[in-house]
Amino acid sequence: MSLFYFVAFLSILFSLLVIFTKNPVYSVLYLIATFFTFTIQYILLNAQFLAVVNFIVYMGAIMVLFLFVLMLMNLNKETEPVKSNLVKIIGVIAGGTLLVTLVGSIKALQTSAVSQLPNSNIGLVANLGRVLFSEFLLPFELSSLLLLSAMVGAVLLAKKDKRTQNG
Amino acid sequence: MDNISATIQVVPLNHYILLCAIIFTIGVIGVLIRRNAIIIFMSIELMLNSVNLLLAAFSAYSGDASGQVFVFFIMALAAAEVAVGLAIIVMVYRNTSSIDINILNRLKW
Repeated sequence: MSLFYFVAFLSILFSLLVIFTKNPVYSVLYLIATFFTFTIQYILLNAQFLAVVNFIVYMGAIMVLFLFVLMLMNLNKETEPVKSNLVKIIGVIAGGTLLVTLVGSIKALQTSAVSQLPNSNIGLVANLGRVLFSEFLLPFELSSLLLLSAMVGAVLLAKKDKRTQNG
Repeated sequence: MDNISATIQVVPLNHYILLCAIIFTIGVIGVLIRRNAIIIFMSIELMLNSVNLLLAAFSAYSGDASGQVFVFFIMALAAAEVAVGLAIIVMVYRNTSSIDINILNRLKW
């Protein structure tokens, strides 16, 4: 039980560090730490499939992609564009009002305690695979189309344009 | 395994909602206060992840596997989004030699 609060504290801390660190490379590293805490949360929820997928896809693939792009661009603290302090304060206030609204609606919400004893092996690979390939077969196939089009689009966008020689 | 599933019965669902709301808000603030396009993109990833965690928590609490399948689809979508978005950012950097989003203000008016 206390592990949940410790991990929650860590994820909030790391996500704050992500947006307040000046150096973009450190930001990516803190984001990796945040995703690791999310993986621990999934394990605590007994969602083992999601924990593994989060670990491999987010921390393995997506974050490496971010790091590669950052290193291609050779960014550092000096080239970091900064907003004025007024805009920062206004942004934090706007986010704070959003948080207050969300918390207020949670207070108004009457969530009952766990109504039935949750099925503890719901997040295992066997169970999720059965659901995925019976109920959600069509969305699963469509997501392959989505990934294919995203891949073609990414290659098309990142390819050097022949007309502009300086690129 | 027993003490893992015991976590569900001790931590109330409201605390999961609170945690995800806080992290979502941090993502929103990150989008608002930064000008680096990559950091803004990372804040969007943060928001997606908080929603993922909340969906997984709801799914575990209500004993329905559909929520975790949705999280799986959101992850596939996030992978596609990151690929296309980073390609766009690379293209912007190649054209303007900067990833300051205030340069890209021609769509404003």
